[in-house]
Amino acid sequence: MKQKKKWYDYLWIVSLSYLILGYFNILFAWLGLLCFFIPLIIAVVKGNKAYCNRYCGRGQLFSLLGGRFGLSRKKDIPKWMRSGYFRYGFLSFFFAMFFLMLWNTYLVFAGTKDLNTAVTLLWTFRLPWRQAYHGTLFSEGVAQFAFGFYSVMLTSTILGLITMILCKPRSWCVYCPMGTMTQLICKAKNVTSSRKS
Amino acid sequence: MMKRKATVNITECVACGCCMKVCPRNAIGIPKGVYAKINRDLCVGCGKCASECPASVITLEVTEP
Repeated sequence: MKQKKKWYDYLWIVSLSYLILGYFNILFAWLGLLCFFIPLIIAVVKGNKAYCNRYCGRGQLFSLLGGRFGLSRKKDIPKWMRSGYFRYGFLSFFFAMFFLMLWNTYLVFAGTKDLNTAVTLLWTFRLPWRQAYHGTLFSEGVAQFAFGFYSVMLTSTILGLITMILCKPRSWCVYCPMGTMTQLICKAKNVTSSRKS
Repeated sequence: MMKRKATVNITECVACGCCMKVCPRNAIGIPKGVYAKINRDLCVGCGKCASECPASVITLEVTEP
């Protein structure tokens, strides 16, 4: 029997629109914080990975492109990529880059640095993104954070697309920092809850 | 007759839920967000989950009848 599609099976449309909207107005990047906080809140409150399992629009996008559209070789992911070392290492690296981005945002807020209207791909390549900047009502730091956050989202999408093509469609899920983090939270939560009972 | 059933390597499972989505028998769940759990009574060993698993940690193992 084929499972009936639920409303949350269409969340890939949201993920795709997010990337498109960020091309036209960078301030939409702020919405990406939802993909940060919702999984964490679900993991902390409910102690499960319902976000990954059901609601992750990015995962759906990859399984659509790699699965239905056949853009994936569907090979096994290299063993080292699913090892704890790589997963936790990538999580730490991702975090370090994230805090660097927050620091740059702070500097713009503080007025020591000028707004940089570029999107940094793979933490290295600067892509001019001026077309998406139409000024902000508040501090320029608000826009700087948006550029930084959009860079994070675009970079991770590109990494995910690369491993989607080379390995299985949703191979991004193996080393997705959010997935690793929510799994860690669930592990911690279930250790404490099994101690209680 | 030997029956094959899906078996998860729980130490390497990333709990993404891909297997859960493709399982035609709804035999897979991720109750605690740490690893996938297969209901062996429902599993018919079709192997859909094994080929879907992005971490390739599901295998079909022969079980006692």
